[in-house]
Parts: sequence; structure tokens; C-alpha cells
Amino acid sequence: MTQAATNAPERPGRLSEFWFYFRENRGAVIGLYVFIAFAIFAAFGPILAPYDPTEQFRQNTLQPPVWQEGGSWAFVLGTDPLGRDMLSRLIEGARYSFFVGIVVVTIAASGGILVGLISGFAPRWLDAIIMRIMDIILAFPSLLLALVLVAILGPSLTNAMIAIAIVLQPHYVRLTRASVLSERQKDYVTAAKVVGAGRLRLMFITVLPNCLAPIIVQGALSFSTAILDAAALGFLGMGAQPPTPEWGTMLAEAREFILRAWWVVTFPGLAILVTVLAINLMGDGLRDALDPKLKRS
Amino acid sequence: MLKYLAARLLTFVPTFVGVTLISFAFIRVLPGDPIIVMAGERGLTEERYAELSAQFGFDRPIHIQFWEYFTGVLQGDLGQSFVTKRPVWDEFFTLFPATLELSICAMIFAVVLGLPAGVIAAVNRGKFFDRALMSTALVGYSMPIFWWALLLIIVFSGNLQWTPVSGRIDLLYYFPNASGFMLYDALASGQSGAFKSAVRHLLLPTIVLGTIPLAVIARQTRSAMLEVLGEDYIRTARAKGLPPFRINGIHALRNALIPVITVIGLSVGTLLAGAILTETIFSWPGIGKWMVDSIFRRDYPVVQGGLLLIAVMVMVVNLTVDVLYGVINPKIRKR
Repeated sequence: MTQAATNAPERPGRLSEFWFYFRENRGAVIGLYVFIAFAIFAAFGPILAPYDPTEQFRQNTLQPPVWQEGGSWAFVLGTDPLGRDMLSRLIEGARYSFFVGIVVVTIAASGGILVGLISGFAPRWLDAIIMRIMDIILAFPSLLLALVLVAILGPSLTNAMIAIAIVLQPHYVRLTRASVLSERQKDYVTAAKVVGAGRLRLMFITVLPNCLAPIIVQGALSFSTAILDAAALGFLGMGAQPPTPEWGTMLAEAREFILRAWWVVTFPGLAILVTVLAINLMGDGLRDALDPKLKRS
Repeated sequence: MLKYLAARLLTFVPTFVGVTLISFAFIRVLPGDPIIVMAGERGLTEERYAELSAQFGFDRPIHIQFWEYFTGVLQGDLGQSFVTKRPVWDEFFTLFPATLELSICAMIFAVVLGLPAGVIAAVNRGKFFDRALMSTALVGYSMPIFWWALLLIIVFSGNLQWTPVSGRIDLLYYFPNASGFMLYDALASGQSGAFKSAVRHLLLPTIVLGTIPLAVIARQTRSAMLEVLGEDYIRTARAKGLPPFRINGIHALRNALIPVITVIGLSVGTLLAGAILTETIFSWPGIGKWMVDSIFRRDYPVVQGGLLLIAVMVMVVNLTVDVLYGVINPKIRKR
């Protein structure tokens, strides 16, 4: 008996099992690499950027990128209308977007998971009240609600992050509640209850870890939503304020030059697209790797 | 069925009250005293301030103000704009057809391209077509549409000079705005070139607004098709020797459509959020641009009323989709 047990192949650890499934999705792996590059830019921006992102080179305004006539290696991706180096601003912008993603997902997820857990374990009347409140928030188109919230709080990147976090939160609440409700009926929860686990222990230690898979996927997806919405708010003048090199704000500043200098418009948007795309690719891979129904054993 | 309907309607009521409460509360916490804002640069005397305050009811207790606002809302009275002095309700419904026209065109664009793309991808699962289509869909899904709009303007309005940059029609044409739908009004006016001009103005905004729904529909159609293609009745249809077009196009697509229709219905909120950006960029005189302008002008009654009307619209559509879904799919009703 013991002999057989030792001979049996060792069950792979959770992480290596996850990596095994994640690796199968080539797009997800590419997304992961791009995301790592994005994180490196965010972390080491000031070291990597050739210039200070707000430094103005007055002789070199609206200089095209290096491969176009009139461009020079001094400003690889050209300069903006005030003569600021595009590349340095884009790298600095990565920091803001990364920061937005992290902060928004942390606030929205921790708040949403907590409320969702409470709702899943609460008596029916409390559950009903919480879910109606979430319905109310979800009735407003997210960008519109964020826009009005920012108008109330005053336009700034911090307030934009708070607004986006509030708008994204109901998704976590619903997701957590739904998984909690289905987990609660399972035998292991009943067993824990019989053994005498308290309510808090049941919520956070017994049930929560088993609800995490869909929440992690939602986390990845709302990371990209947060970046997009923050950029959209910046674009509308309700997010980060100039001269902050936030990608959406950069686009808004460049709008009047679109027919004269394509690079001031193209690069910030491209940066948003590539980042969001990479995160969404990763999110798809995460979903496939974490969803047991799709696993081919 | 009736019980299901009643239950769904019953949850609608508290949500409606909540939405009204939130729209009402927003205006009270917005920075700046609305009366001072209304007075503008000239300023106000104390008496005039008190007078105006009484006129708008700002001097009464907050719960009474809410009650009056709420009963007003139920009768279609949303107050009047500080800027234009017109009732918010009228302004909304003057501008709404523009947004509706744009949204309908965007949805048609999304469905006409998205459904076939999803079906083709599903049928060719794992092959080149599937990969190419789904990669494109993911790019569309990740697209910052305000940037997409600028790119399209650079190419089609700047380089190629095919499309105009803003507005709904060239200033050359003038005719009464009978229905509010520019395409229809232009046709009805009988002026040569008016319809063509309206179409050219509509083209870029439609593509921009339709991009994300297009990607969502393509992805949803593909996954719904894949699910259906694994069913026994599809195997039976294949075994019977039916031609592939019949199997995929009729047997499978019909059954795959249920979740797709739900997605289409539920993307009304996405369309309205997208309309905010699209209309702002293309100076499209619809409710999205109206809301953004009002926020910047601190036109509180408009922000409040517009927020409420938009939310109610989304709620009504979602409720309808839910109920229809219950009609199509009896399994849902039991929950």
C-alpha cells in the first residue's frame, strides 16, 4: 500500500499545473511578455527615458520620428507641439497606466470581494438590499457614471481612479456572490460547519479560496478596462491634467495637430492599444488555465 | 410565466427609485452652489439669492426636495436647463434621435459583420481563418475608440478626403428636422445630394461606435456556435448527409443565436458609453455630447435629468432582454 503510494507520479504543484495550461495558449504567453515589458517600463521609467518627460526643446517642436524626413536620433519617436520628447513621455505614461490598473483593481476587487462574501452569507433581506444597490450602479453606463463622479470630485487622476473603481466594483460583488452561493451548498462547507468553524472562518478560509478563479480572471480584465477608462477620462479632460504624460491626456493635447503631425496622435493610442491587448490576451489565457471545465486531462 | 414577470418588475421599482435618488444626490454634492453658477460673472445680491433659492426650492429640507423631484420625474418634469432655459425632457428628446440613429447604424454594422465572422471562425476552429478573425476581434475589443476615431479621421478625412470630420450633414442643405433621423429627413426633403451627405457624415462615427460591439458579437457568436456544434442533433444532421451550409447556417446558428441576442441587447449600455466619446470627437449633436457639454458647463439639471433618463433606458432594455430570454428559454424562469 505504502509502496504503491510512493510509486505513484507526484501530483504537480498548483503553480506548475497552472503554467502547464497557461503555456498552451500562445497568445497568452505573448501577452505576458508584453505585460512584463510594460511593467519594466513602469518600474524603471526615469532610468530608461532619454529625457525628462516635461522638458521642452523649443527649437525642436513637432519634429517627426527618426525614420521620417526631418527626424533625428536625438528624438527617436519625434517631439510634441511643445518640443517634449515623445519616447520619454510614453515611457513615463506607462507608469501612470500601470499605477491606475493596480490601484483600481486593488480597490475594486478588495471592496467587491468583501461585499460579495457578505452578500453570499447574509440573510435574504440584506442580500437583496446589496444586490439592488449593485443593480443601481450597473444601470448607469460605466463611463458616464465615472465622468459624473469625477465632475463631482474634481478632475484629477486620483479621482478618476476612485470613480473607475466604484464603477467596476459591482462586477466583483456579483461574481463573488454567485460563486459563494454555489460553493456554500457543497459538502466540504457543511463538514466545516459541523466541525464548528465560525462564520468568519467559513467565509474567508473555507469558501473564499475556492471562489478565486473567476475573480482572478475578472481582475485581469478590469485591469485593462481601468487603463482604457482612465485614458478616456483623460481624453475628455476629466482625468490626469496636462502636463502629466498620461496616454489619454496626451491624445487630448495632440488632437488639434492630427492632420499635421500624425506621430503625436498615433503613438500614445498605440501604447494604450498594445497594453490593453496584452492584458486581454493574458486574461483569456488565465480563464482557460483556471477554468476546470475547459481543462483537457 | 406571470410570476416570473411580476418578480422581475418588482425588482425594477426599487432600482428605479435608487437611480432617481442617485441622480438627485449627485447634483447636491457637485461642487459650487448652482445658483451662484447660474448667476455667472455678474454676481448676486442677497435678496435675489434668497428669491432664486426659494424659486428652485433649494431652501427646503432635502427629503422634501427629493420627494418633489421624484413626483416631478414620474410626471415627466425633469426641471429646466440653466443654460438654454428649456425643459430637460424636451432637450433630451430633441437630441435623442441623433444618438439613436447613430446607435442603430453602429449595431447594424456590428451584427452584419460580427455574426458571419463568428460563424466562419467557429466552423474553421483552430485553423488560419479562426485565428486571424479572433485576433482581429480581440484587437477591436481592446481598442481605445477615441484613438480609433482620430486614426480614421487622419486616413479618411485627412489623407483621402472622403469623409467630413464633424456634424450630421453639410451646411449647404437645410430642411425641417421632421423625424430627427437625418437619413430619413434628408431623403424626404428631396434635395439632391442631401442623403449622400448624411451618409458620409454617418460613416466614420458608425464604424467607431460599432467596433467594440462588433468584436463582442464575433467572439460570442463563435463560442455559442462551438457549443452548439458539439451537440447530438448536429451530429445527426451531419450523419443524414445535410450540406454543411444547412448544418452551420440553419441548424447551428439558430440555436447559437439566443446568447448572441442577449449580448446584443445588453450592449445598449456600451453603446451609450461609447456614444459619449464618439459624439464628442465627431461633434455629433446627440445625448452623449450633450451630457459631456453639460458637465463642463455645470448645467446641473441637465446632468441630473440626462443621467436619470439614460439609466432608465438601460434598465428598460435590460428588463426587456431578461423577459424575452425567459420567453425563449424556459429554464431561466424557474430560478
